[in-house]
Amino acid sequence: MKNNTLFRRLLIGATWAWMALLALVPYLMLVGASFFERGTDTLVRPGLTLSNYLHLLSPTVFTMAADSVALAAVAALLCLLVGYPFAAILAHAPARIQPLLLLLVMIPFWTNSLIRTYALVMLLKADGVVNSLLLHAGLIAEPLRLMYTPVAVFIGLVYTLLPFMILPLYAALKTVDPQLLEAGRDLGAGRVRNFLHITVPLTMPGIIAGTMLVFLPALGMFYIADILGGARTMLVGNYIRDQFLVFRDIPTGSAASVTMTVAMGLLLVLHHLARRRSGKEMLP
Amino acid sequence: MVTLAGVTKQYNGHPALVDISLTVADGEFLSLLGPSGCGKTTLLRLIGGFERCTKGSVLIDGRDTDGVPPERRAVNTVFQNYALFPHMTVFDNVAFGLRMANRPRDEIAAAVNGALDLVQLHGMAARRPAELSGGQQQRVAIARAIVNKPRVLLLDEPLSALDHRLRKQMQKELKQLQRTLGITFILVTHDQDEAFAMSDRVVVMQQGRIEQIGSPREIYEEPVNLYVARFVGDINVLAGVIREKIGPNLYTALVEGVTVQLRSDRPLSLAQPVHILLRPEDFRLAVEDAATPARELPGTIRHAGLKGTVRRIFYHGATYDVEVSLENGTRIQVTEFFDEDSDTLSCTPGDRVTLGWHEGWEVVLPHEE
Repeated sequence: MKNNTLFRRLLIGATWAWMALLALVPYLMLVGASFFERGTDTLVRPGLTLSNYLHLLSPTVFTMAADSVALAAVAALLCLLVGYPFAAILAHAPARIQPLLLLLVMIPFWTNSLIRTYALVMLLKADGVVNSLLLHAGLIAEPLRLMYTPVAVFIGLVYTLLPFMILPLYAALKTVDPQLLEAGRDLGAGRVRNFLHITVPLTMPGIIAGTMLVFLPALGMFYIADILGGARTMLVGNYIRDQFLVFRDIPTGSAASVTMTVAMGLLLVLHHLARRRSGKEMLP
Repeated sequence: MVTLAGVTKQYNGHPALVDISLTVADGEFLSLLGPSGCGKTTLLRLIGGFERCTKGSVLIDGRDTDGVPPERRAVNTVFQNYALFPHMTVFDNVAFGLRMANRPRDEIAAAVNGALDLVQLHGMAARRPAELSGGQQQRVAIARAIVNKPRVLLLDEPLSALDHRLRKQMQKELKQLQRTLGITFILVTHDQDEAFAMSDRVVVMQQGRIEQIGSPREIYEEPVNLYVARFVGDINVLAGVIREKIGPNLYTALVEGVTVQLRSDRPLSLAQPVHILLRPEDFRLAVEDAATPARELPGTIRHAGLKGTVRRIFYHGATYDVEVSLENGTRIQVTEFFDEDSDTLSCTPGDRVTLGWHEGWEVVLPHEE
């Protein structure tokens, strides 16, 4: 018993230490850097300033942010539309094969997403697998232009982020008591109205969680837009990456990064508040 | 009117219901009584439309319901765990069926409030199911079903989650409700008291078959076989052999080593082995060798005189149970009522007693293995 608690403490302590050292400390450095000035010889020069944040208040940055939000929102919506039926099939599959299907959803995680994105190029390019198949099948006369289009970017985002939508939806669907659906049918609701009046409201936490889990990473996934969409669309993620790696403007990149994190944090807080309210809104 | 004609249901080749035929009259309160796994819930689900018969048919008002989904049947169900919609208020739960039927808004409001009044839940309309007690949730489930004015209300062990006192109260209220509404109620239960207290007729089931259909009194007093006799209430089963026919429906038999008279409507043949079934309250006992003057057995029960010894006495308040072992070792349970003018027990462990029963109260069944 004593060993057990020691083991637990070690395990939890190691996790905390890991998070503190590799996530919290670097992030605090980033927050610090966002208030520093850009150096000529060194990367940053100490000296408190808000100018990095003021840089962000430009029309270019606003347009870019709006584009990013729109792109992430569409990606989240596509994931929801594809993921919901997928999760429903998963949740209603025979209990024996559910673990196998879940494994199939998760296997892609075992490969780095950057590598998977390059693999998508092989599929989507003019002489890639998709076009070859369609040409051979006689469905198209000349190769479709897929690469470097918004379509390719959405394919990449949906492909990469779909598991984050499926898993919370699956968990939410599993908690819906099948007897509630029987009760709905008993009271005269067909399958469609049962779905709209019972399943959707009861899985709303999963829908919101999945949407957040797709929407927030989609805002920052610069490499997918880079590789599949070309450099024509500038997104928040690309912008931050460019500040660090191209322009070597660490303070501005830090400020953009911190601003984005704060925005995401606000979204999460709003989500939390909305959930707390929705639990009570019907009370007298 | 609900008619089941030769209904058979199999799951992967395993029979859950075998050739069930049954007619439920309009306005009747019918209980399906049996142990878990006897098929009573399957029967209810067939009527509700959640399962399809493998063979036979379910007719509601004379129409075959095969292939008719639950949402298109004039039947509503009160589910075992209520199955209230947790994301809706009590009002929205009760209004669900009427909204699905696209009824006008003011009609819905009036009907829902009426149904909530009927189950004594006025003022609870804005609550969520999670904020109600088990008994209140039960009432919401009932209101949600009856507000649709179904032809038949199906109740699947509706009271099993309630405590004893609340269950007794809800039994009375359900019965009252059924009389008020005139809806046919079909109740599934494994609780004999519940079935007896509420039903016009009880269907005793075992392993997918109907063992007996009858009024509670018929089931209790004239069980058709040992299974039914043992399932409803305590019963003593004595072994006997028919000796002589001494009149119409009257026989003498050797029962547990004693010659007694038996009455039976069934034709019995000489030397036929039989079971004699007697409820504990059918017996009377008299102490043989007590110092105090013995209670005399009344004349109507003197025709049977089993000798035995009192083993144990269990006190129950208004009654007490006496466990008697006969000379051949058979144990018999006797329920005695306290005397009107004496609150002392009529016997103590170790007493030698004579047991008799009211003439004609015995049930004689052919011997079953």
